[in-house]
Amino acid sequence: MCKDALNFLWSPRVQHKRNPQLNKNGELIHLLSTEGLSRTLLTHILDTAANFVSVSDREVKKVPLLRGKSVFNLFFENSTRTRTTFEIAAKRLSADVINLDIARSSASKGESLLDTIAILSAMAADIFVVRHAESGAPYLIAQHTAPHVHVINAGDGRHAHPTQGLLDMYTIRHFKGEFSNLCVAIVGDVLHSRVARSDIHALTTLGCAEVRVVGPKTLVPTDMSQMGVKVFNNLEEGIKGCDVVIMLRLQNERMNGALLPSSQEYFKGYGLTPQKLALAKSDAIVMHPGPINRGVEIDSAVVDGPQSVILPQVTFGIAVRMAVMSIVAGNDA
Amino acid sequence: MSTVNHGHIELDAESIYKDFCQGVKPLFIPGTCVVGVISGGVWLAKRVVNDLGLSCPVGAISSGLHRDDFARRGLSDGGQTKLPFEIEGAHILLIDDVLYTGRTIRAVLNEMFDFGRPASVRLAVLVDRGSRELPIHCDYAAARLPLADASKLTLEQDVQGRFKFSLESQSAT
Repeated sequence: MCKDALNFLWSPRVQHKRNPQLNKNGELIHLLSTEGLSRTLLTHILDTAANFVSVSDREVKKVPLLRGKSVFNLFFENSTRTRTTFEIAAKRLSADVINLDIARSSASKGESLLDTIAILSAMAADIFVVRHAESGAPYLIAQHTAPHVHVINAGDGRHAHPTQGLLDMYTIRHFKGEFSNLCVAIVGDVLHSRVARSDIHALTTLGCAEVRVVGPKTLVPTDMSQMGVKVFNNLEEGIKGCDVVIMLRLQNERMNGALLPSSQEYFKGYGLTPQKLALAKSDAIVMHPGPINRGVEIDSAVVDGPQSVILPQVTFGIAVRMAVMSIVAGNDA
Repeated sequence: MSTVNHGHIELDAESIYKDFCQGVKPLFIPGTCVVGVISGGVWLAKRVVNDLGLSCPVGAISSGLHRDDFARRGLSDGGQTKLPFEIEGAHILLIDDVLYTGRTIRAVLNEMFDFGRPASVRLAVLVDRGSRELPIHCDYAAARLPLADASKLTLEQDVQGRFKFSLESQSAT
């Protein structure tokens, strides 16, 4: 079903149609991918997020923008961090939040995705936050929801994780300013990473001077250069002179074949240690979407070191998700 | 030229500002913290504190996160609330350029209370144009000028920091 959704969206017939994330005025009504969003729109989301960062520092950590709205967190795939930050974000906007562990409930009893959505829509949902193992599932849901319902993709298969991409952009902009002078390296399991795709689309749209992907040949798709990035299969070469190093988690759960000899071998070649990080610019920042595998893709000394901005990423993630939810909720289909 | 025609009345923003400087003085009690409403109120707050030679801190406050028309208009662009002092127990002088329906002030008060409980809040504006929709009043207005609902009165500031008004007629939506 989800493959059908992707085929439908990418068919020539649909290419002429409007971006399904936008209404006729070009305003964001769903967030499904960073691909196809304009620089102006991406910048608007980041600027809006800046307004929400300080909400966490107030005595009252709540604003009433989504009061009376219901946000349904539909996680068809396991998640702790993303679901929690979406829940915190929705609650800080005063929404009612309903967390549904779909994997253990209706879907496991044979109910189809669209039937699940229809049932939940009848419970007066206003926003669906969707994570699904199949690429394209949030698109399919967005196509079948009522006009007043908004869909936010919290990660679909290998396809996209747009709020992670946006919070990465927010973090880079916060620490480094403008994108036009930056060299950003995305390191690791690019093949299975929806974060890498969302980051690449956002970075290229925001005018990043140079985007690199770094990883073993078995974990870097062959068509990456078509996305406007430089491919490196050697970590030392790939991070040399970079301003930003984004480490990716080794996604063992998505690996079907023998793509790597062992995690120890991987760490020898692609694990980020303080010695290797010294090849990047001296003020380079290190990011990671989490969860972190210490000693597999990154050394503990780097995670806990002065160049790590992994914890600020988490904090900014709440503000970015507040921004996305409040923007889509304020726009009509 | 800092004047704008309103029928036979000329709205001279600089002249009204001079009156504002004099009229607002009694509201600066000892320990006052000044908060300007983004964006015209912030220009006004900074300039009046400077022109009166005062040393009180000036903050900026946005109505954006508490507006009651969010469902219709979505999030508005604009600045971010920055309050470089404790709100808890403070005597606040809130400054805005134009007081109209009172909805912005209602939103701004809610925003302020998210940071703490002030001891008092007083409101001074450059122009009170009437047509209130909420029970909100100002403690001082340099000019009181009823305008038609279809008019939009906006304060502008040039690079030298001088004020002028823009008065536009809006068609009903």
